[in-house]
Amino acid sequence: MDAHLSAVAPTAALDHLDWLEAEAIHILREVAGQCANPVLLFSGGKDSICLLRLAEKAFRPGRFPFPLLHVDTGHNYPEVTAFRDKRAAELGERLIVRSVEDSMRRGTVVLKSPGESRNKHQTVTLLEAIAEFGFDACIGGARRDEEKARAKERVFSFRDDFGQWDPKNQRPELWSLYNARIHPGENIRAFPISNWTELDVWQYIAREGLDLPSIYFAHTRPVVRRNGALVPVTPLTPPRSGERIEEVSVRFRTVGDITCTAPVDSVAATVEQIIFETAETTITERGATRLDDQTSEASMEQRKKEGYF
Amino acid sequence: MSAREPLPGLRTEDHGLLRFLTCGSVDDGKSSLIGRLLYDSKSILADALATIERTSRKRGLEAVDLSLLTDGLQAEREQGITIDVAYRYFSTGARKYIIADAPGHEQYTRNMVTAASTADLAIILVDARKGVLTQTRRHSYIAHLVGIPHLVVAINKMDLVGYSREVFEQIRRSYLEFAASLDIRDVRFIPLSAINGDMVVERGENLAWYEGQTLLELLETAPAAHSEAVEKFRFPVQYVCRPRTAEHHDFRGYMGRVESGEIAVGDAVQILPSGRTTRVRDIRLLDQSLPQAGSERSVTLLLEDEVDISRGDMIVKADEPPRSAKQIEAMVCWLAEGPLEAGRKLVVRHTTRETRALVAAIEYRQDINELKRVSGGRLAMNDIGSVTFKLAQPLFVDPYRENRATGAFILIDEATNDTIGAGMIV
Repeated sequence: MDAHLSAVAPTAALDHLDWLEAEAIHILREVAGQCANPVLLFSGGKDSICLLRLAEKAFRPGRFPFPLLHVDTGHNYPEVTAFRDKRAAELGERLIVRSVEDSMRRGTVVLKSPGESRNKHQTVTLLEAIAEFGFDACIGGARRDEEKARAKERVFSFRDDFGQWDPKNQRPELWSLYNARIHPGENIRAFPISNWTELDVWQYIAREGLDLPSIYFAHTRPVVRRNGALVPVTPLTPPRSGERIEEVSVRFRTVGDITCTAPVDSVAATVEQIIFETAETTITERGATRLDDQTSEASMEQRKKEGYF
Repeated sequence: MSAREPLPGLRTEDHGLLRFLTCGSVDDGKSSLIGRLLYDSKSILADALATIERTSRKRGLEAVDLSLLTDGLQAEREQGITIDVAYRYFSTGARKYIIADAPGHEQYTRNMVTAASTADLAIILVDARKGVLTQTRRHSYIAHLVGIPHLVVAINKMDLVGYSREVFEQIRRSYLEFAASLDIRDVRFIPLSAINGDMVVERGENLAWYEGQTLLELLETAPAAHSEAVEKFRFPVQYVCRPRTAEHHDFRGYMGRVESGEIAVGDAVQILPSGRTTRVRDIRLLDQSLPQAGSERSVTLLLEDEVDISRGDMIVKADEPPRSAKQIEAMVCWLAEGPLEAGRKLVVRHTTRETRALVAAIEYRQDINELKRVSGGRLAMNDIGSVTFKLAQPLFVDPYRENRATGAFILIDEATNDTIGAGMIV
């Protein structure tokens, strides 16, 4: 019995974060090994901050075998873009920024109204960046627990030459044998933290002592309450008539486009306090904070089919 | 506050992660069972619950249908069926779980094989009213073929047979009878009602005669290791790190994941295919030096001698090399629309290595409903059969039964690049 136990000990000793980390490193190295010209999508958000840490564990003391790319909607919180630039500089890795506003100037993105969310328009700019640099794979920080269409997406997700995802015709993915073979013009989206939940991400940030943009932590901010969500009051998102502006202690759970990212009530000033709140919370991450995903039950699936991350 | 369970994520003990597979059809109550596990373990959040409440009302249902939680794609919602494998997550604080939810229909064998390939445990659903069906045998065969070490037969809908102990015992006996023919060893039986929640997370009050574990108790204590045998060390090289900077001028790191076994600093190793031998000088994880690394760890190995190693090579212990094979026999699950026939050329991806291969022969097709062999011919989509391949380059293989990582491969179509088959080396 003792011999039997010691035989399984090495595997049993991996705690859940060790296991998730090892899987993510394996995926990153497969991208590097199989793809000629990959890129890592880095937004300054917590999921992509984890990706950078995992990339350090996968490739140091070497340089990353890919540059970093941010598709900037022009509607980002300044704390987040400043953090993005600082983190890329600290790592000494190349950061490429491509902007939705450039796509608007080129006429490839046309807004229906000036203040609308530019979240879905990132797709156009991303596909333009992929074509400009000839990227054959984009590494992203999406997780399967975020949304139900994502629950069925592969770790190596194939996109055709229009960037489209076909959920009914995905490549089978068995064991950890990933197939990144593509024809020119096609693209692989690789998701190393597919199997992580929001709580795993926070636990990993705590364990690794990772820095985050300040708006992830509780701060006082003017907001209005709209349809059960808190809407930050900014030049892009002014209050509507009749709405009362309140100063509330909030934090952001995701840091996307200002027009569609809402904060939550919180007094959590440290990662440990955020973990406590996350473990206790009763609202899913996208439900609470992504105003655009509520539109229809299938809205994420629709955007992904069109080439979204 | 003091009466409450510790919050997930705040507990200090961590029993790692368990990946399991649920097989069965909507009719067996599979979606309800998963819904119940998520709901009773408090893994369903308020807005997700609100969404399924709305949908339940829209469909004119009286109670909230927990099975809606596992609905994924638009087409699936429209047709009320499951098309593809979906992955779900929950955590009890003590353990993290990844559920691979595979559809039950015969034509989705490929999905079940996919879901099974990464699972350590399978829950096979049986409707207490119907007992062991063809589908039950098919699911058990596939789970066994794909090497899942622990099977749990969940006998569901006990509420519809009056929670009868006799019904449970009878199904148990007939399952064991057929399981013996497959050499399935670790199998457990649980009577439950997913609808009412009996024996899923809570014991409920209707199955007092059953003294075994609830489903969740069983999951909490099941061994997470895929294999309990001592496995040989296998380290397929994924990437070679040569920074060539002033600081790391002579650094040569071999990056990969310990797919099985264990390696320690000082161990004698052999490099394949060159056959060169040397010793492990260091095991790195970023700035840490580890004295040893066990299965499923991603690390960087530094070796004592300068050896020419590239992606696709494998590092093994010097005294336990795998077999070098230019011909392999395997059980293949065929995943593509068109059939597989002898004479076809395709690509085999095995560990981090790829080679072209020729289908030399298809010995037999396994009838997974009758569990009989049908000789010769071709494999259609969702068929499983015994196939012999001739390889353009040698692969370093172990039998799948001994080693999942070096016994498994996928088949890729050279023209479309699609993944068209999955193989397990005999």
